Amino acid sequence: MELSGSEIIIQFLKDEGVKHIFGYPGGAVLHIYDALQKQTDVEHILVRHEQGASHAADGYARATGKPGVCLVTSGPGATNAITGIATAYMDSIPLVVITGQVPSHVIGQDAFQEVDAVGVSRPCVKHNFLVKDLSKLAETLKKAFYVATTGRPGPVVVDIPKDITAPHIKIPYEYPAKVDIRSYNPNFKGHPRQIKRAVELMLSAKRPMVYTGGGIIMDNASQELRDFVRRLGFPITQTLMGLGAFPGTDPQFIGMLGMHGTYEANMAMHECDVLICIGARFDDRITGVTSKFCPYAQIIHVDIDPASISKTINADIPIVGGAKQVLSEMIKQIDSTDARVDQTALDNWWNTIKTWQQQDSFAYEKKDGLIQPQEAVEELYKVTGGDAYITSDVGQHQMYAAQFYHFDEPRRWINSGGLGTMGFGLPAAMGVKLAFPDKDVACVTGEGSIQMCMQELSTCLQYGLHVKIINLNNRYLGMVRQWQEFFYEKRYSHVYMDSLPDFVKLVEAYGHVGIRVDDPKDLHDAMAEAFKLKDRTVFLDIITDQEANVYPMISAGKAHNEMDISPLQQARQAALREKGELV
Amino acid sequence: MRHIISLLVENEAGALSRISGLFSARGYNIESLTVATTEDQTLSRMTIITTGSDRIIEQITKQLNKLIDVVKLQDFTEGNFIEREMMFVKVKAEGDTQRGEVKRLSDIFRARIIDVTDTTFCIELTGSGDKLDAYIRAMHENNIIEVVRSGSMGILRGEKALTL
Ligand SMILES: Cc1ncc(C[n+]2csc(CCOP(=O)(O)OP(=O)(O)O)c2C)c(N)n1
Ligand SMILES: [Mg+2]
Repeated sequence: MELSGSEIIIQFLKDEGVKHIFGYPGGAVLHIYDALQKQTDVEHILVRHEQGASHAADGYARATGKPGVCLVTSGPGATNAITGIATAYMDSIPLVVITGQVPSHVIGQDAFQEVDAVGVSRPCVKHNFLVKDLSKLAETLKKAFYVATTGRPGPVVVDIPKDITAPHIKIPYEYPAKVDIRSYNPNFKGHPRQIKRAVELMLSAKRPMVYTGGGIIMDNASQELRDFVRRLGFPITQTLMGLGAFPGTDPQFIGMLGMHGTYEANMAMHECDVLICIGARFDDRITGVTSKFCPYAQIIHVDIDPASISKTINADIPIVGGAKQVLSEMIKQIDSTDARVDQTALDNWWNTIKTWQQQDSFAYEKKDGLIQPQEAVEELYKVTGGDAYITSDVGQHQMYAAQFYHFDEPRRWINSGGLGTMGFGLPAAMGVKLAFPDKDVACVTGEGSIQMCMQELSTCLQYGLHVKIINLNNRYLGMVRQWQEFFYEKRYSHVYMDSLPDFVKLVEAYGHVGIRVDDPKDLHDAMAEAFKLKDRTVFLDIITDQEANVYPMISAGKAHNEMDISPLQQARQAALREKGELV
Repeated sequence: MRHIISLLVENEAGALSRISGLFSARGYNIESLTVATTEDQTLSRMTIITTGSDRIIEQITKQLNKLIDVVKLQDFTEGNFIEREMMFVKVKAEGDTQRGEVKRLSDIFRARIIDVTDTTFCIELTGSGDKLDAYIRAMHENNIIEVVRSGSMGILRGEKALTL
């Protein structure tokens, strides 16, 4: 088969099994868009801003486990996509981003719309390529997919100069089913002796704790994790990135950990004697101050990326390997060894945890006539039966969504954890909805974040992506305001969202349904209505308590056992102490 | 502690910037970096001299290994290796006394004079970084016109080798 560069790109995508790509045309990719137009196998979604393309592809990848694919033009197309690429990089999401480039012979001459896409993207990609030779195009694309999806996944940029895609230059094409990169061997198998040592250690624990992250989801190891944790009967906590891998409603799950995690999860981290970390990376939002982290624990750390091990927290038993393979191996060892968990010690440990759970650290007070952001998420959970795909933006609303929507399945909770990118939620939801048109997909956002990629409402209309936007409108950049309240004596500097648009009118202008709610009494009906409108994109503008704060919280320099609890909880504790019911 | 890390990397445009970019992005020290192709035209050999605590050095080697362009890597520091650096020094050499002095000093260091004018010498000197430092110190500072150093390169002693 003789094909032009543009035709090779499209044919390759078909052969690679890519059904959807997200993109935006421009001069450097005109030839590719012409080839796209002549076929129907690969569906192109025209976003309204290239940031939307990279976030949508990212959401698609997180929900499906398949790589997300974008196509953008040179220069501003490439730079606009960068925020989404960096977002995917921080959360290890497989993306392949094809950027057009100016023709080879003018590269380096400051040509129109020239930017060094390889150079600009380098610090936030797993790898990138500049295609210099048409004969290497197919192989390079294959390498890009291979690198993006194997080992610790990540985004890969393929920069393709315009001349490479010229329609009149054709070469023979064959799908490169397999590629080999001599310097890249992503198949780490956990070392059997280390796994054996780890199993011995965990079975000898008196106060064990399992702590898992996004690595479980990336490696599709949820089932193995469930088997493992249930066999042992240990408590488990998950990071913001790991929610859903182990069911959020299972009694063995004691809540998310970290800065806004549950009191019991953080206390258990502090007091545990053996910590089993799988597919998480001891991020600073998780550990609090590292010098006081898990002071009594011996630490087992399983990760596919050797560089994640002992980076911030020293591992006593490091295991380099994929979560799925290592967990299966551990389960086998647990089943074949004679050693048993010390059940009395474990029962005592659970009793201690239960006393911490009595703190009910997410509790909040409902008020007449004033919607609390938490109750909006609780309502969302009820109305969707806990079965929706939830994306979020970044801020207080993100933490409320993580705290109050209990994810029972992996890949349902889709948010920018590592980079914390406002603007992620809506385009990510579009990617999810495209992959799962029959599922409920909701984006929990704030009036600040939603305005960062608002333009994608137009894309939703064009492709019938009927997502529900749950806007927790507190008229503040709430998370920043919270920090200014706590740490800057309420000097609120540039966090008030003045001159907000009338969101209802705005989304109506985009051709969607807008519903505004400001009374708790109306919350249920509005939410139910939004999800009843199956074939409409609905924007729920929920006016919430302006000064609500996210609790509990570990402040900078604090340890897990030094959480701040909400004023409500403090008052309750004081009352209990007075009655002598709390020691 | 000072470490000498030797790498085999793909001889491709961009490999060098990935490596130097890693050091700047993650705030690692870099004392010197040398690079040139090997007998195999597809590979470059690089020697990096860096300093840091054990934890940082461990991260540096892990992060370098993660780069797709890095084919092989070894930290020579613990092992038995040879390290050399090359230097050119251009110095003022006017009048017999000064010319004689520069020549004597160069003989002591086994340096070679490789270019001569009526008023200058250009000297070539190979050795450990310390030796080159010592030579510069011994030379009167205001005599020195120009110093060009290659940065260190290293190779393992004996039969061991860093090859594919
Ligand atoms: C692109 C980007 N810019 C700035 C920030 C810093 N930031 C984090 S949370 C936040 C406030 C978000 O406000 P909003 O979307 O209204 O959510 P809320 O906290 O009020 O729920 C800001 C500005 C960010 N995370 N991302
Ligand atoms: Mg807000």
